[in-house]
Amino acid sequence: MTLTKLLATATLALGLATSAMAQDKTKVGFIYVGPIGDGGWTYEHDKGRLAVEAHFGDKVETVYQESVPEGADAERAITQMALQGADLIFTTSFGYMEPTLAVAGKFGNVKFEHATGFKTAPNLSTYSARFYEGRAVQGHIAGKMTKSNIIGYIASFPIPEVIRGINSAYIHARKVNPDVEFKIIWAYTWFDPAKEADAATALIEQGADVILQHTDSTAPQAAAEKAGNVITFGQASDMGEYAPMPRVSSIIDNWAPYYIARTQAVMDGTWESVQTWDGIGPGMVGIGEISSAVPEDIKAEALALKAALADGSYHPFTGPLKKQDGSDWLAEGEAADDGTLLGMNFYVEGITGDIPN
Amino acid sequence: MLRLEKRPQPSQVWTYLTPLLAVVITMIMGAALFAALGKDPVAAITTIFWEPLFGEFAFYYRPQLLIKGAPLVLIAIGLSLGFRAGIWNIGAEGQYIIGALTGAGVGLAFYPMESWVIFPLMVLAGAFGGWIWAMIPAVLKLRFGTNEILVSLMLVYVAEKLLAAMALGLMKNPEGMGFPGSRNLRQYDSAHNAELITGSGMHWGVVAAMIAVIFAYILLNRHILGYHIRLTGQAPRAARFAGVRPARLVLFCLGTSGALAGLAGMFEVAGPAGQVSIDFNVGYGFTAIIVAFLGRLHPVGILLAGLLMALTYIGGELAQSNLGLPAAAIQLFQGMLLFFLLAVDVLTNYRIRLSRPEVA
Amino acid sequence: MEFGSINPVLLLASLMVAATPILLAALGELVVERAGVLNLGVEGMMIIGAICGFAVAVNTGSPVLGFVAAAGGGALLSLLFAILTQFALANQVASGLALTLFGLGLSALLGQGYVGIKPPPIGKLDIPLLGDIPLLGPVLFSHDLMVYFGLTLVVAIWAMLKYSRAGLVLRAVGENHDAAHALGYKVVRIRVLAILFGGACAGLGGAYISLIRVPQWTEGMTAGAGWIALALVVFASWKAGRVLLGAWIFGGVTVLQLNLQAAGIAIPVEYLSMSPYLITILVLVIMSADRSRAPASLGRIFHASQ
Repeated sequence: MTLTKLLATATLALGLATSAMAQDKTKVGFIYVGPIGDGGWTYEHDKGRLAVEAHFGDKVETVYQESVPEGADAERAITQMALQGADLIFTTSFGYMEPTLAVAGKFGNVKFEHATGFKTAPNLSTYSARFYEGRAVQGHIAGKMTKSNIIGYIASFPIPEVIRGINSAYIHARKVNPDVEFKIIWAYTWFDPAKEADAATALIEQGADVILQHTDSTAPQAAAEKAGNVITFGQASDMGEYAPMPRVSSIIDNWAPYYIARTQAVMDGTWESVQTWDGIGPGMVGIGEISSAVPEDIKAEALALKAALADGSYHPFTGPLKKQDGSDWLAEGEAADDGTLLGMNFYVEGITGDIPN
Repeated sequence: MLRLEKRPQPSQVWTYLTPLLAVVITMIMGAALFAALGKDPVAAITTIFWEPLFGEFAFYYRPQLLIKGAPLVLIAIGLSLGFRAGIWNIGAEGQYIIGALTGAGVGLAFYPMESWVIFPLMVLAGAFGGWIWAMIPAVLKLRFGTNEILVSLMLVYVAEKLLAAMALGLMKNPEGMGFPGSRNLRQYDSAHNAELITGSGMHWGVVAAMIAVIFAYILLNRHILGYHIRLTGQAPRAARFAGVRPARLVLFCLGTSGALAGLAGMFEVAGPAGQVSIDFNVGYGFTAIIVAFLGRLHPVGILLAGLLMALTYIGGELAQSNLGLPAAAIQLFQGMLLFFLLAVDVLTNYRIRLSRPEVA
Repeated sequence: MEFGSINPVLLLASLMVAATPILLAALGELVVERAGVLNLGVEGMMIIGAICGFAVAVNTGSPVLGFVAAAGGGALLSLLFAILTQFALANQVASGLALTLFGLGLSALLGQGYVGIKPPPIGKLDIPLLGDIPLLGPVLFSHDLMVYFGLTLVVAIWAMLKYSRAGLVLRAVGENHDAAHALGYKVVRIRVLAILFGGACAGLGGAYISLIRVPQWTEGMTAGAGWIALALVVFASWKAGRVLLGAWIFGGVTVLQLNLQAAGIAIPVEYLSMSPYLITILVLVIMSADRSRAPASLGRIFHASQ
């Protein structure tokens, strides 16, 4: 017997078993790229998992596996969860795209959800958050708050998501402060506290009094606190322990509503393959409380911007906008389409330096 | 007072008993650890050691043991030759990375052409890449007398940086939306190191590991070169009188271990892993050093040790998702297993005697 | 090109901080290797030090006690290595690798309750008059206590190895353990002490990361610093003074690379971060022409009745 047949038989048997069991328990699996204790990306996904447990109580069972390397090990981890009877599996890192696709092809009865990817199947959805909406709010506050007019940005990898964030923050900082300048450091890591601390220190030493970060540890917050008079924004999680200074606000990944909704859909039998890209409106991107270190008028403007983003009346990438090389990108009043945003590989006009390649 | 007395010959009985003893001690200590973490110790131990082999879904996990164990065995076999002769290549992780880069590089260079010659070329390139990377410490040792442990270790870091540079730059998938990582070789038939029999876990890397075990066995037991290797390790001075040329031995041992590590990397990147990515290496090169010692530097022992390591990985993953054990507990458990295996080895080579302290 | 925004004084000052964890760990490993033992478990001992120091500092509110605990934790873990290699006569390379695996796992378990907590702050030791000297003041005299401890340790180890009887014995054991044994030195005892010292230093280095440089606890936060410390010992050709130089170069490359980026200078990051390792290999080659080389008994098993 071939593996496919074996797996098909196993899945069938399991499918029967799970549908019989569906009345009492739905099994939801999570594959994490880091340890739960990273305090950032994986930590927030696990909070989403716990929210699913809290919401459904006895009706669900959740399982997870942490620190799963991307590649061959991921495929085994996902297969294993499917074999053990998971009805719905969330794979929470871009690098799991190919493994998730491969496993989804073998287990037709199991639903898969892959975070931040772009490949789908009838039983494989993708989901991601429009973090750049949050970056717009950050950019606004940063542009208003900076005195040195130098904003430091700790970037991770030169991928579209990170570039979108830089552009969005820059556009909105520039809008309220034409003299603002961005200094960008590519750390080439999502998570390396010591390196992030060094990067923040380097930016501060070169005059930055606002630090934005697209890496997950709180090390830059601590570096800013040590330097004094520097403001920061929490990334992925609220990082509230650094409020009110240096952390003046944050972008929070809030996966809980999505995870609960998708689990509910599996329970109701209404699950369909979708490509979700949600922002502030549906609550996937949260803006952490704007602290007392921000003057009231700036806080009010930021909240108004947040409200406009949430109800869709304003798009962060609205023309007129030019690319870095001076060529036209968006005409007056034109909003960027999702296709361009998903593959964004250029800076907008005004940012200095090159995207490394 | 307890005293160790060297046995004239390593004990046959203890050679076979010590690994079992170590596994048993680890199970007991591990059970205590899991109990301390509030998990059912018996369930945890059976999940790790029993489920993958004989559990409900063993039909899936048994082939996975081969996939996980093959690179470990392939690399460890190469390393064991040098270790026997007192030539210490601890940079197999670097050679594994370079082999994957050169192997994948050849495959990607031909994309999207389909031809049967591509895969054999990739195999050659992978072995060559690992070989060249291992030749650096070999040549430096012969020419300047530098320590091969340190040079080969330094080259691991260099290889890791090179891997990141490749995944972000030269080898980046042009259709990958700007994300780091190369094209997926599994979707490129000519370059795909596919399973030879679907569902068996047997890919060319597993075959290569088997062949390496057999060749190493023959080499060490039947061939003059194997005799020279063993002699150099046991009695370097006698070896020189017997006409062993140390320089040739260094080149052979480092070269072979590098080539095998390169092969392992190439088979991994073209098969189970599928693409060159920043985190492509997951420590096979270092784990293989441990495997080589657990296997007592003997080809058959290495085969068994490699499978045992693979079992703790796969069983450990199972225990994580089934019982909610943290990944760290599994890592700790593996560390314990290694400690005990290394510690009980003393019984093979030494007798423990009760004696009065010597008057120095 | 524009170097204008880089302030060399601040750059040097942060270099001192970035160098301290690897400096401490490498000094410990230097003593271990001088005694003829190769302990590849530095990363494991560092991370254990990081969590022990962090946990104790948080619970007692005292960073000093934290550092003491870090040294104790690192030494305790290294005791495992000592038992394996000195009493059970296990292979040092394999034992060291196992130690790293074990340490990473154990630290993550110990640290489960400490994610997202801030440790008690540690004041800088602003030396009144000296700290005000222009240029030299900020670079040399406005750091935390551990930076000075690291520098003192460099001098202490250098002097110990060069002038003291203990240093002489240690080197004798590392160069030729059989001869040292014949002279009546307790080879095993000396090596165990050296290993414990190495563990304590690695623990301090780890705690420096979790308590001062970052400061917070996260799993795997040493992120390879232990391996760099190993490279550093080789780079320094087993000499304490050169360890300091090496720590500045290794730490400096990271800091410099980040500063160049912040100043908007495009640099090939990956290739630049390769350079310390390539330099180390070069140093190894040059050293072989020089007389200073690895301790002759490095990594070899010693058994008295041989």
